[in-house]
Amino acid sequence: MRLLPVFGRRQAASAEPARGKDANYSSQWRLMYARFKKHKLARVSLAVLALLYAGALFAPFLAPYGLESYDSKYVNAPPMKLRFVDAEGKFHLRPFVYGLKSDRDPETMRKIFASDTEKVYPLQFFVKGESYKLLGLIPSTTHLFGVEEPGRLFLLGTDALGRDLFSRILLGSQVSLSIPLAGVGISFVLGLIIGGASGYFGGWLDAVIQRVIEIIRSFPTLPLWMALSAAIPPRIPVVRMYFYIVIIFAFIEWTGLARVVRGKFISLKNEDYVVAAKISGVGDAKIIVKHLLPGFISYLVVAATLAIPGMILAETAMSFLGLGIRSPATSWGVLLQEAQKIDNIALYPWKIIPLGTVILTVLTFNFVGDGLRDAADPYKR
Amino acid sequence: MTAEAAQPQQPLLRVRDLKIRIQMDNGVMNAVDGVDFEIRRGRTLGLVGESGCGKSLTSRALIGINPKECETSGTIAYTSSQEPEAKGEPLNLLALNPNGRKIRSIRGRKIAMIFQEPMTAFSPMYTIGNQIMEAILIHRTRNKKEAKRIALEMLGKVGISDQEKRFDQYPHEFSGGMRQRAMISMALSCNPELLIADEPTTALDVTIQAQVLELMKRLQREFGMAILLVTHDLGVIAEMCDEVAVMYLGKIVEQAPMKDIFRNPKHPYTKGLLRSMPRLGGSKAKRLESIEGSVPIPVNMPPMCGFYDRCKDRIEGVCNARSVPATRISDSHTVRCFLYSEQPGGQQR
Amino acid sequence: MLQFTLKRILLAVPVVFFISVIVFYIIQLPPGDYVSNYAAEMSVAGEVFTQEDMDAMRADLGLDRPVYEQYFIWVKDIVLYGDFGFSFNYNKPVLAVIEQYMGLTLTVSLVTMAFQYFVAIPIGIYCAVKQYSIGDYFFSGLSFLGMATPHFLMAVILMFLSYTWFGDPLLGLFSAEYVNAPWSMDKAIDLAKHMVIPVIVIGLSGTADLIRVMRGQMLDELNKPNVVTARAKGLSERKILFKYPTRAALNPIVSTFGWSLTSIFTGSTITAIVLNLPIQGPVMFNALLGQDMYLAGTWLLFMALLTVLGTLISDILLAWLDPKIRTEFRGT
Repeated sequence: MRLLPVFGRRQAASAEPARGKDANYSSQWRLMYARFKKHKLARVSLAVLALLYAGALFAPFLAPYGLESYDSKYVNAPPMKLRFVDAEGKFHLRPFVYGLKSDRDPETMRKIFASDTEKVYPLQFFVKGESYKLLGLIPSTTHLFGVEEPGRLFLLGTDALGRDLFSRILLGSQVSLSIPLAGVGISFVLGLIIGGASGYFGGWLDAVIQRVIEIIRSFPTLPLWMALSAAIPPRIPVVRMYFYIVIIFAFIEWTGLARVVRGKFISLKNEDYVVAAKISGVGDAKIIVKHLLPGFISYLVVAATLAIPGMILAETAMSFLGLGIRSPATSWGVLLQEAQKIDNIALYPWKIIPLGTVILTVLTFNFVGDGLRDAADPYKR
Repeated sequence: MTAEAAQPQQPLLRVRDLKIRIQMDNGVMNAVDGVDFEIRRGRTLGLVGESGCGKSLTSRALIGINPKECETSGTIAYTSSQEPEAKGEPLNLLALNPNGRKIRSIRGRKIAMIFQEPMTAFSPMYTIGNQIMEAILIHRTRNKKEAKRIALEMLGKVGISDQEKRFDQYPHEFSGGMRQRAMISMALSCNPELLIADEPTTALDVTIQAQVLELMKRLQREFGMAILLVTHDLGVIAEMCDEVAVMYLGKIVEQAPMKDIFRNPKHPYTKGLLRSMPRLGGSKAKRLESIEGSVPIPVNMPPMCGFYDRCKDRIEGVCNARSVPATRISDSHTVRCFLYSEQPGGQQR
Repeated sequence: MLQFTLKRILLAVPVVFFISVIVFYIIQLPPGDYVSNYAAEMSVAGEVFTQEDMDAMRADLGLDRPVYEQYFIWVKDIVLYGDFGFSFNYNKPVLAVIEQYMGLTLTVSLVTMAFQYFVAIPIGIYCAVKQYSIGDYFFSGLSFLGMATPHFLMAVILMFLSYTWFGDPLLGLFSAEYVNAPWSMDKAIDLAKHMVIPVIVIGLSGTADLIRVMRGQMLDELNKPNVVTARAKGLSERKILFKYPTRAALNPIVSTFGWSLTSIFTGSTITAIVLNLPIQGPVMFNALLGQDMYLAGTWLLFMALLTVLGTLISDILLAWLDPKIRTEFRGT
């Protein structure tokens, strides 16, 4: 019955032998990379993720405004259109935005904004603005683009305090994109060490660790997150708050990875080549690093990648409830707090935009994870 | 054009120019490329070849159970002798709707099939009895009691004792040999005219293999059915078959009565196969020969002999220049090789 | 089978014990306690609480004792009297608070669960049978989106759509006129109407997940030799589909019943907060924030128990559905 799988993996059969001898000597990672490259969706997703992370890294430079900047004159202003053609139908090579003029709705007394075609602010590059530290090190005041004072550039509109949503999405991505990464990173290390010890040494250590894992996993994730987040004191510095959140996520997440590691250790430890190494007197540490780890590290990377989307959603949910990162820092979940009320969405629909970035990130991580899984293990779906 | 044409009786199954093409991302794979053969009543035809040569696809095409991806063309003329339905007129099975009522009334009823992996060929979710009765309930009777009686009888015939208990057991409670016996009893429960056996003994121990082959021979005598035996094992062929067709890369490269194949093989591939077969009484000092190289993948193949790269006797400029026609060596022996063409390198027939 | 079940239950006991310890530890973690929270609230309202008042209140509520003593009293009362403590906030026993919300919580959860399976299983089968068809891509894309969209926002969006289309955001579980009305046909219909959005939102990620699992399982099963065997027997495609691959693919799906109920229960929390549903999620969330410790603790404990129970149910279902395990028990 080797007949049917042929159809599922149409290319594999014909492409592999053609590469001939090289294939036999390429390392596990090279092979994985070659297979990953064939997964189109995963490749595109990886590129998107790279862009998102690059955006987060250089957020203060890319964003026209800083975290603290606000302008009460422009509360809940709608997104501005970047224009090439002005009101008279004249074409401009350099894109520009119109200024905003505000009015009050006579009935609701709500502010209404309209484009003021009198005031034209051309888009400018490398403008001076608020000071920041690029990558936390290099002090700078240059922003990639902006418009001249007193003009304003609100590409995605503003929030209830008159803060530029575009800038805040970029700045918020620093938190939203790094917390899951840091959380998974810590769980990865914890899972590797604890799961490895459990699987390799077995015995009472294994029994104890297994019970601990079982207990932690018995807690429903979300309420546990909520309970632990509620335990974070409200008025502490942002950095510490960030640190706490990462720890909480990692504390719950490592158990899953530890299980994967333990299972792999147990199945690999009785393989002939490992037993052979043991008999010939190779030390534990060397056996683990040289013989066991290469056998499953790729699975672990896959498991870790697929754990990230869950963390992104959890962070968003926690921030949304006010249990995550708090002002003055921001994250996508915090930005979405304003989208909680339906009248807000009805009146200021641009406030839902951060949802798009959340979905995009979660989807791309899922696709990359799927691609990695197929690449790591082409025979199993 | 064939020996049978002179006989008054039509062969049970006559396959002409059977082609199976599979669309791949990088081209079309000619998995089965113009296969002709006949299966005569009560006789056994062996279809032998390496894995991937298209023998399994060929056997499954006969009852139309290949996956949708397989584009099948040619004719499979089936002449039933049992029932008036065909009235001596051959019925082209390939022309039938592959999910239609007509072909389904032939599957399992007239042409039954057994498979290589008796473990996975049975569903683990239902009892053996349930799965055997299913075929009987479709084709023979609607009465459950009657169906069970037939199923129990069949289990007895294939040498399973304690049938009542076995009937209610699940496949995982059977040993490999037992499962294959149960599979045979299921296939024969509707008294088919043709049994297609796809590698029936490959997954079994050698001793069990012999028992199962013996059982198949005995039941063939008892039921008088024809057998199409698909295998890569020449030992099984020697044990079972009247006629042999050797397949390579989607084509039948040599076809002859069993004795001719073993005593007087013509095609270099057949010769290679025979040389790679261990023999009793052979010199111990001599290593078993193997055929150099590996089977190419028949995607976008130019017209040439598929065995060219591995052949010791290849003629450059001939064997790799055009496709090889079949050459008749005797009434019952054909070979597809330029070494035996009347005009080597000459025009095609 | 019975032995297996008993063994699994016994194994769960120490787990539950440790969970209760951890639960109690966690609810102690936040700075301050109910009294200080209460005092802060009261001072906003203009009432001044002296230190003596607060101490008296603590003594009254038993909050002045050491933590471990509080824990033992709590556990002792649970085990001996089935008393889960007192909710400061609601000023009645925790069990009474939970009871008040349990009916609707269970209703919403069970309906959501039914929704998940009834929607996901047929779609999963369809996507597998018509692999790579437009329908398959459509549903696969939809289920990916379902997994990637945070619940609470989906709730807001659906509310918004309901508001623009029907002029009613369908907030809560009842229209204002039915909240305190006795049960009637109209009230039930009103409830059903209001349940559409919560059920879709809460069930969305579960449904998306199930579709993917079901599709994957079906694809595996459709490629199994037993399908070819069935075809060779002359069975019709329809009958084959339902008797062999579907039945086999349902095994792992059905065994997720236990986990699924738990995840719906907990997953509904945030949605319930956004949609203002009168079910346990928001109540417990406020208990957690307001340091109403016995209520919050009982809730966490209950959730953990539910997870343990869900796993137990799933294990038993799996064992019961799999002939291999079932026959093992028959033999002994």
